[in-house]
Amino acid sequence: MIEIDGITKRYDGTAVVDNVTMTIEPRTVTVIVGTSGSGKTTLLRMINRLVEPSAGAIRLDGEDNRSMPGFELRRRIGYAIQGHGLFPHRTVAQNIATVPVLLDWDKARIDAKVAELLALFQLDPAIFAARFPHELSGGQQQRVGVARALAAEPKVLLMDEPFGALDPIIRAKAQADLLDIQKLLKTTIVLVTHDMDEAFHLADKIAVMDKGELVQYGTPAELVTNPATEFVQTLIGASERPFRLLSIETAGQAVEPGTADGKPVGAATSQRDVLSELLWTGRDALPVAAADGTLIGKVTLEGLARRAARPQ
Amino acid sequence: MVIALLVAYGALVAPFATFRANRIVPGEAKSVLAALPAGAGVVLLGLMIVAAAIILLKTPALLRLATAAVALGAIALFIGLTAAYLTPPENTYARVSPASGFWILLFAYALLAADSITRLRPRPGVRVLLLLATLGGAAAILVSGLWDGLSILKEYAGRADVFWLEAGRHVALALGSLFASVVVGLPLGILCHRVEPLRAGVLNTLNLIQTIPSIALFGILIAPLGWIAVHVPGAGAIGIRGIGAAPAFVALFLYSLLPVVANTVVGLAGVPREANEAARGIGMTDRQRLFGIELPLAMPVILTGIRIVLVQSIGLATIAALIGGGGFGVFVFQGIGQTAMDLVLLGAVPTVVLAFAAAIVLDALIEMNTPSQNRGRTT
Repeated sequence: MIEIDGITKRYDGTAVVDNVTMTIEPRTVTVIVGTSGSGKTTLLRMINRLVEPSAGAIRLDGEDNRSMPGFELRRRIGYAIQGHGLFPHRTVAQNIATVPVLLDWDKARIDAKVAELLALFQLDPAIFAARFPHELSGGQQQRVGVARALAAEPKVLLMDEPFGALDPIIRAKAQADLLDIQKLLKTTIVLVTHDMDEAFHLADKIAVMDKGELVQYGTPAELVTNPATEFVQTLIGASERPFRLLSIETAGQAVEPGTADGKPVGAATSQRDVLSELLWTGRDALPVAAADGTLIGKVTLEGLARRAARPQ
Repeated sequence: MVIALLVAYGALVAPFATFRANRIVPGEAKSVLAALPAGAGVVLLGLMIVAAAIILLKTPALLRLATAAVALGAIALFIGLTAAYLTPPENTYARVSPASGFWILLFAYALLAADSITRLRPRPGVRVLLLLATLGGAAAILVSGLWDGLSILKEYAGRADVFWLEAGRHVALALGSLFASVVVGLPLGILCHRVEPLRAGVLNTLNLIQTIPSIALFGILIAPLGWIAVHVPGAGAIGIRGIGAAPAFVALFLYSLLPVVANTVVGLAGVPREANEAARGIGMTDRQRLFGIELPLAMPVILTGIRIVLVQSIGLATIAALIGGGGFGVFVFQGIGQTAMDLVLLGAVPTVVLAFAAAIVLDALIEMNTPSQNRGRTT
């Protein structure tokens, strides 16, 4: 659990982050969104003390994050940034091993961890371990960057626009992979982005920052149905609201009994994508298949329309 | 094409060697045919024609390199023969020295060799081996006594002890001041990088020093070093005086600081921002970041600075002789004083060879330290 308690950062008297208080539940994905200059990155960087706050406190599992030197704190918290930040003169394996080496793990444990992470990120250790970062594609570099952030098994992973430098196709894949890995490792992820689609796709909770203030902190559905300010509404986009609602939940959550014709969609597909498929193929309903391929029911146009409507 | 013209001019038109009755009278130029015994001259000319043909035709780089090596070997051998042929028996005053034709040929083939080596793109280690082979070849000829009849070596023969003494001083001056400038300049550069307000001041000061002509700088240093020698106990005892090696060392050191500091600053500034950011973000201390990330990534640029410094210092150390600092400059200035060009060459040629060798070795070092951009992918 990360408790942010009245945290403020002032530069030359101007508050970049102004008295922000929020609690981040463990094992969730929290996305901080906002325009550039809203203070979202500064807020993130105060969690691992890359930026020291002017006032307020941040507690990790009840422990003040100033109770140890900054570099020790940062070794316990994963950190991944846009453009990956890999060390160009070190191999992929050496990059991933950075924090374990700083923590003086023994060599066997480091090697095992590196191999495990490479496999987890679908990078064959035999091929990639000895490569240098410039020999990788953008998507591979990004995965190595995240693998490096996770190497010391941190409970918390901070990500600053981690997918910003990727093209849309690779970005979608990277986002899906991140969710899978989060489910597997149960890491608490705090991610900063200005991409609302990304926020709705990834977040359990979204924090909206505007001019240094936290204007709303809630689930994606709350943000859509009950935006706290004009700014939140603009950020979400009035015409996007029904689709945002649908993008939060999966086909599995909208299953109705019965069967339908056509190629089944996976239960994990977002309702938004199912709606798109229905509209495009001109159907009223599509069958839904569980992960193992068994049919579990159908999703109907009418059902989705009901779900996309403004809650009464 | 240009090289072939140079070869033709050097071999056919320009004199190959100069004969003088003694070391200071004007010489008598001899063409290739006149400077060598009848058969040998023809052989050399024939060789040069073949070489020129190989240069003119589009031949592979390796063949060109071999041609350059053979031709260089040939003119080195034949200039030795010239000396033996032209010097009258039992005459110790006569001087035979290489003339413009020899130097032009030497230049042309060195150019050819450099060009073909560039085309072959050998790895750094191979380049150092080539350098060693060339130096080894020259050393072998020197030891064999083939060149003993040449004027430069006659000058050397009379000064063998002094020559090696001055060579030692020269190298000590150049390397010592380099070492001192790295010891001081590297931390200073790191400090300038970390403490922004210092940067402009330090670099401007060093720039200013760089613009002072070397002789003037020696002059400027005489007063303070002289004062130190008199007033600081023990300073005189370790050789600090207004003139001599101390001011030469200090001047070379001051000249060396700018390239070292400036390149350190530039190298550190060139470290990718994200790498630095990530290093901090995952918990490296400032020191770990400096030694683990920043310095290794800045190393090629810093080494480039050191290369500039070393080559510059080897050249500048020649001037140290003016204020009694020793080094190869001693022969250069003695030679100028006595209008004995051979003596000047005795100082100049080793200086050039030394600087050239230093440049090649450091270039190889720089390439070996350049992170992976060229390595790995191509092999």
